[in-house]
Order: sequence, then C-alpha cells, then structure tokens
Amino acid sequence: MSTLVRDRAPVQTGLVSVRAPRKRLSRRTLLLGGAGVVWLVGFLFLHGTATLTLPASELTDLHRSLNQFNAWVASNRADNPVFQYVFTPLRAAVDAVANLFIGVFAASTTGLRLPEIGWLGTVALLSWIALAVGNARVALLTAAAFVFFGLQGLFTEAAYTFALVLTAVLFTLALGIPLGVLAGVYGRVAKVITPVLDFMQTLPTFVYLAPLALIFLIGPASAVIATVIYAAPPVIRLTAHGIRCIPENTREASDSLGTTGWQRLVTLQLPLARRTIVMGINQSTMAALSMVTIAALIAAPGLGQVVIRALQSLDVGTAVNAGLSIVLLAIVLDRVTTAASRRAEPGANRRRRISRRMRYILLAVSFLVVLVTVQLSRTMLWAAAFPKDLNIGPAFVSGVSSASEWLQTNLYLFTVSFREAVTNGILNPFQSLLTETPFYLLVAVIVVAAFALGGWKLAAVTATCLAVIIYLGLWSDAMVTLAGTLVATAVVMVLGVIFGVAMGRSDKVDQLMRPMLDAGQTMPAFVYLVPFLGLFGATRFTAIIAGIIYAAPVAIKITADGIAAISPTVMEAAVSSGSTPWQVITKVQLPMARQSLALAANQGLIYVLAMVVVGALVGAGGLGYDVVAGFVQSSLFGKGLAAGLAIVFLGILLDRMTQAAAANPVRKVPSAKSPAH
Amino acid sequence: MSKAGLLLKRTIPTLAGTVAAALLLAGCGGATVNQAAAAGASGTPCGTVNVALNAWVGYTANAAVYSYIAQNKLGCTVVQKDLSEQISWQGFGSGEVDVILENWGHEDLAKQYITDQKVAVDAGPTGNEGHIGWYVPPWMVQKYPDILDSKNLNKYASLFATSESGGKGQVLDGDPAFVTNDEALVKNLGLDYKVVFSGSEAALIQSFRTAEKNKTPLLGYFYEPQWFLSEVPLKKVSLPAYTPGCDADAEKVACDYPDYKLNKVMAKKFADSGSPAAKLLKAFSWTNADQNSVATDIQGGMKPDAAAKKWVDAHPDVVAAWLK
Repeated sequence: MSTLVRDRAPVQTGLVSVRAPRKRLSRRTLLLGGAGVVWLVGFLFLHGTATLTLPASELTDLHRSLNQFNAWVASNRADNPVFQYVFTPLRAAVDAVANLFIGVFAASTTGLRLPEIGWLGTVALLSWIALAVGNARVALLTAAAFVFFGLQGLFTEAAYTFALVLTAVLFTLALGIPLGVLAGVYGRVAKVITPVLDFMQTLPTFVYLAPLALIFLIGPASAVIATVIYAAPPVIRLTAHGIRCIPENTREASDSLGTTGWQRLVTLQLPLARRTIVMGINQSTMAALSMVTIAALIAAPGLGQVVIRALQSLDVGTAVNAGLSIVLLAIVLDRVTTAASRRAEPGANRRRRISRRMRYILLAVSFLVVLVTVQLSRTMLWAAAFPKDLNIGPAFVSGVSSASEWLQTNLYLFTVSFREAVTNGILNPFQSLLTETPFYLLVAVIVVAAFALGGWKLAAVTATCLAVIIYLGLWSDAMVTLAGTLVATAVVMVLGVIFGVAMGRSDKVDQLMRPMLDAGQTMPAFVYLVPFLGLFGATRFTAIIAGIIYAAPVAIKITADGIAAISPTVMEAAVSSGSTPWQVITKVQLPMARQSLALAANQGLIYVLAMVVVGALVGAGGLGYDVVAGFVQSSLFGKGLAAGLAIVFLGILLDRMTQAAAANPVRKVPSAKSPAH
Repeated sequence: MSKAGLLLKRTIPTLAGTVAAALLLAGCGGATVNQAAAAGASGTPCGTVNVALNAWVGYTANAAVYSYIAQNKLGCTVVQKDLSEQISWQGFGSGEVDVILENWGHEDLAKQYITDQKVAVDAGPTGNEGHIGWYVPPWMVQKYPDILDSKNLNKYASLFATSESGGKGQVLDGDPAFVTNDEALVKNLGLDYKVVFSGSEAALIQSFRTAEKNKTPLLGYFYEPQWFLSEVPLKKVSLPAYTPGCDADAEKVACDYPDYKLNKVMAKKFADSGSPAAKLLKAFSWTNADQNSVATDIQGGMKPDAAAKKWVDAHPDVVAAWLK
C-alpha cells in the first residue's frame, strides 16, 4: 500500500564483520535467551491470566471520549470559526480544482456528463505530454494504455482516477517541494519535520480517512486531501535529501563566489538536486495512485469503486479487469515520471539523438494534431465517449471468472487444507503465545530484549511504546496483530533470502525478477486481494498472504543488492579455495550481507505492518479490524482512532528494535552504526 | 544557468500549449456534442441524482429499479456510488449523496442528520420489512432439533469451532459495516462463541451454501428480505425477545434485533429541489417478493439495469402509480 521511502544511506557491506569480543556477545545472547526462557515458563504457568482482553464490542473510557469528537464536529460544523475560515474554504478550493480536472477528463456536470475533452482528445493530449516531458516510447505506452482502458470498458473510471491523481499530485508538489527545500536548507526544520513524516508514513491510511471524512465530508475533496497527506512524505524527504547531498566542496566553491542564500538555492542546489526531486515526484505519484484507489471508500469516483464492488460481491473477474487498469495506470505514471527524471539528469542533453531545435519543431507539429483530435472529441460523439462496440471487458470478466471458479472448485481441498495446516500449526500457537501470556511478563521480556539489543535508550523507547498501547486499551488486539505481522515477516525473509541470493548471484535471474518485483510494488494492495479471497476465504491467512506479497519485493531487492555488493575478490578467494556453492552462500555471502538482511527484515516488517488494515478487509482481526470497524460504525469511531495510534506505536517499536539488531554488535565502532534516518 | 532553467523550459511550453489549447477550444465555440445532446434530451427539470449503493443485493435491487425509472421515464442522470451504510449518511451534508434507498434503523444517524443538522429528510417506507438474526442451514435443524433456541447454543459450541474462532464456537458475520450487535450479544448472553467477520454478503451466502451442500455446521448473521432464502431456507435462531429500548446501549444489548420498517432517506436539498426524482422516491414502495425477484435475477448474472427493466415491464401499473 505504501512506498515508505526513507532516505537511508546505502548499507555499508564492507568487511565490517570484525568479530565482537566473545564476552560482550555472550552477554547479549544470555539476556535474549534468558528473556525467552522467562517468557516460555511464564506462559506455561500463568497463561490466560492478565491478558487485558477487550471484547470487540466494548469500549474503554478513552474510546468513549474520542467518540465525542464525532459529536463535536457535527455540532460545530456550521458556526465554529475553524470550520468557517479554514476547513470549509479549504474544502471548497480543493473541490474546485478536483472538479475542474474531473470535468475535463472524466465527466462534466452538464448534459450527457461527457468530459470536456473526450477519450480521443485525452489519449492524444496525455501522449503528447508524455512525449514532451519524457520520450517517444513512454508516449506510445501512454496512448496504448489509455486505449486499452477503453477496450476494457473502463475509460471513464480510469479518467476519474487519473483526474484525482493529477489533482492530488499538484497539491502534493505545491506543498511538498517548498517544505522539502526548507528541510534541506535548514537542519532545524528537518529535525522538526522528520518525526512528523515518520508518523505520517506509519499511520495506516484508514485511520485518517475517518476523521477526514468527518471534517471535510465524503467526496473527491476529502479523497484528495487524504491522498496529499499520504503522498507528500516521499517528495519532501527526497527533495531535502537531494539538497543536503550536494558535495561540500561544490557548495564552498559557490560560496567563495559570494552568492547569497537565494542565489545558491536557485543556481546550485535546485539544479543539482533536480534528479532526486523528480524521483520524489515519481514516488509521490505512485503513492497518490494507490491512495486514490482506497479513497473510493469515502466516495472518490474511479477504478477503486469498481474494485470495492468486486470485493463485496467476490467477483474475481471484475476485480482482475479493474486491477489490470490500475496496474497499467501505475506503469504509465511510473514510466513517464522516470523518463522525466532521466531527462532531468545533468548531461542528458548531450546524449540526445536529435537536436533540441528539431525536437521543438516535432513537438509543435504533433501539438497541432493534438488540438485537432481534441476539437474532434468535443464535436463528434464517437470521439467523445469510447465506442461501446469495442468493449472486450465483459468477455474478459467472464473468462477470468470462470477460470477462478474452476480453480476454486478444484483446488478447494488443497487450499483449505493448506490454510488450516498453517493456521493451526503455526499461526494459532504463536498467537496464543503472545495473547495469553500475562501482559506484565511480556512487557518485561520485550524491554529486556530491547536492552540487550540497544541499551537503556532503546529499552526506554520500547517501554514507552508498550505503555501507550496498554493505555489505549488495545493490548490484546495489538498482540494479535503482532503475531500475524511476525509470521508474515518470517515468510518474507525466507523469500527474501531465497530470491535475493539467486538474484545476487546471477545477473540473468536479476534481470528476469526485477520487473516482476517492480510490478508487485506498484500494484495497489487492493487489487490482488480478491483472487486470494476467492481461494482462501476471509481469514487471517489471507491477510498474511496480502502482507507477504506487498513486503516481499522490498526484502528481495535489498537482499539481492547486499549480495551483489560483496567484493568479487572475496568471492574469488572462497571459490578458489574449493568451497561448494552452498558453502559460498552460507559461509561467505549470507554472513557478509548480514546488514542487508537486517535492513530487509526491518523494511519487511514496516511494509507488512502497513498492510495490517488492508488485511482486515479480508479477515485479519486485531488492530486492523478495530480500525476498519471504527471507520464504518460510528459507535466504534474512537476505538478505531485508538487502534490506529496503537499501530503507529507498534511500528515505532518494531522499527527501532530491528534497527538496533541490524547495527553491528560492536557498538563502539562508529562506522558500523546503523544508518539513522 | 542553462541547466537551472531546463526543467522550467520544458514545463513552460507544456503549460503554454495547454493554455493555448484551452483558448482555442473556447474560440471554437461552446457547441460541443455534450451540450447539444443535453439540450435535445431535456424537457424535464430533472438533473443529476446521486444514489448511494450499499453492499447487499436487496439494496442493489431497490437502487436498480429506482435508477431505471428515473433514467428512462424521467430523463434524470443517475450516479451510483458504492458506499457503506454510515458513510452514505455523511454524504447528505456534502451533496455527494441524494438518496439512500434502504435504511435499516440507524436511529442515531437519523437524529444527527435529520433532526439536528437538518440535511436529510425521511422519504417514507420502502414497503419491505427487515429482520436480522442468527441463522443455521436447514440440515442442522433436522439433526439437532433444539438448536434454534439460543439457550442451547452453548451445548453445540464445539460443533461450530473453526481455526479462526480460537477454540470457541464461531458466529459468522458479514461486512463490518452492517448493522450488528453480535459481539455484544455473545458476551451479554454468556455464549461460548466468537464473532468472525466474513467481510461481505457474498461471502456469507457462499458459506451457507457450502454448509448446506456439504452438511457442515455453520451459525451466521443473516437477514430478510433476501433472495437466497428461497434457494436455501435457512432457519432463524430465537434470541431473547426484543423489547423497545433493550438495544439502547450498544455495549449492553442482550436481546434480539427489532423488526425494521425499512425506509428511504433523501438529502434535504434534493427534497426541496422539486425534482421529479424526489417525488418518485417518496412514492417508491414494493413488497419483499418484488425485491427478491429482482435480486434473484441480479444474482443469476443479469445486469442490475436489465433486471430492473424486466420487473418494470412486468409491473406497469405499480410504476404508473409511483409516477402519478
């Protein structure tokens, strides 16, 4: 669901595995092992006591007081100055821009609800823009994709989604780039902004959908605002990162010429950071697309609505059809913005095949063609609405549906027994180990483990996070979520190691896998849920699969990069000394890529956690369910809000602990510190 | 410097081009196919009607028939939006939703949006009577005759246990957005059960169908009117009888669901607009059998629009009365 971009320094995979002094390592192991033993013994003797279980229908006083927010907004909407002068005008402004683009591309409010620019004009105009900012290849891709939307019978829906993404990206950039520049130039701003961005990215999207819908009411305006909140962090981070990473000597050279701060920004920092900024735009655009899809839950029109309807009626064919559109749109947006960032690279000018003059002439000529098609699409019905006869959508839908029905009937025994085996064999015992241990014991065990991994500071952070979760009244639900998250992350790491090693060892495998991983990452989570829902039913198992699919590509990529970065000399030495491939992998490559593996585990955890709420749509319980229920049932509003916060604190806890584990055990060596973010 | 301006230089022609295009289009006059068609098709003051679409087939049936008539007999433009029940109500304030076609109770929302905020008005009953409850597949009643009394449920709890219910019996619920007291019922009636959500009406129906076919035990949330009951006549478990006010505190409910007189709700603005579609909404009223016949057709693979047309063509008198 999210693209958690953190501007981490690349992992250092040099020869840092200087063995820790024996004594120190054993103390850490001792502490961890001791904590584990205490946990198991405690579970055996005390299980079922002090579990802090809160039945799903029950609320704590805190939840009830959060519920009041709902009533407060309702009674203050009309005459509170905050609403009168801030929220209502803001909503009106966003609404106006969103409706402008919707009217242009998807459906105007007049007459037949045809857009101002019909399908033919839209295809031509967007392809031309792709040509202007990118190249001929992405222009062709754009044209092909949009015509394909028409063939799928989803042109209007895709146009709605596109219009909303466009609106959201415009607002995101207007907000994000200046903030990013500020954070890049002034370290103090960065210090304030970074934790806020961390918070924004760990907060599950559903959590702010509910209050946003309450304040801004449902509709495109709230959808855009939610999307901006979700999509802004990448561009802010990358802009700041790009500006901060300008080499010191370049900056000093410029300073020695006597440039003022503003001159330096415009002539040096922005141009040099341009490529990173455009990368940020790329990331934000992808995030915006996945959020606009989810915002269908608060009446954002477009492809998301089709997917939701399919999810509710278990209609695999329709879901796959709409999902295909979303993936295609994601690919188009990704490739066009990537091409734009290539073009923004310093020196891209020189590599061009045609002269700049020639290029401008070409653009001008093709633009005239675009104008003609736009005019056509405004005056001719066949060019305004996509011809209905050219619709292969229904055929495609029924084809996929019958294929999935065949799978469901014939694989039923296999899928069900596999699901039951995993659930009963692994998930349930592990979950009860977490939920049925007395809370005080588990808190103690986790804090001791944190101390062993990262000292007093980490222990304090961990204790605070756990205390907040207990205060929020959701301890038991948090443990259910933790169990699912850890199981999913374990599988992600297994996949990460298997495929990462294969990719790291062979360029061919890498070339084959990478596009698939990219596709997996760009695909909004909603899309692949429906087929799995068909195969496995609404269970925690399905939710875990959703998390795995979402997180595995990141883990695989990080592992592969770590393995590939090991110096060839070391490998040569290992091979020439007669090691078998298995020995090379287990004795050289994996130990040397240890930091990458730890980073992969860290990112895998965070990504899996980001899917917790989406997983609740297909049967996960715990915090994710609380958030979803709080979103759709007003009596549970406060509990949902609290559950969202609990997810954030669980995320902080897991992030800090895995980062500490990733750091080299010899904490005294500064170069071995895990890169802070 | 040239590098500094590069991005800008590339953006400016794009922007300029777009502006030029807009100007050119404006110059070419407003006679677009869109507006021309609008002028031709009009003659009725009916504009756009935004219909909330909640996620069960019975609702879809209501919405299909209403939309079909509004579109084809009144010339309105109908926009259907997939929304969950409570979110739909929020749309009355923003103008995103004009019509809710099947409302199940929701007294708190009615108070908030109709009485307090005055953005919505009641548009009268749909003629359908709704029942929510716990159901079991018919084979279970034959084998365990006393299962239909909630007092005996604990005896059978182990029968209903699944890998999701943590050793207790499972009560299968639908969409978390549906009206439900089941979590509170399980707790307050002291039942050894756990509520598990299947996520949707479709999933509930599939589960009940499989349970009856394979003779596997299942206890689940279900409701009438519902087309599926004519395919598999599920049996309702009797919970402690409903008395007015026994469900006032959501956390303390220990009684059956009330009988719902299902009604329609519309936005105040829409009601005051004098649109013929608002008049149609007030008049819209039919029987459970009517709804089930349309729902069965939709479930059988017919497009909602086609199913609505079939029903409308078969019931000209009813429709004529609505349009009077």
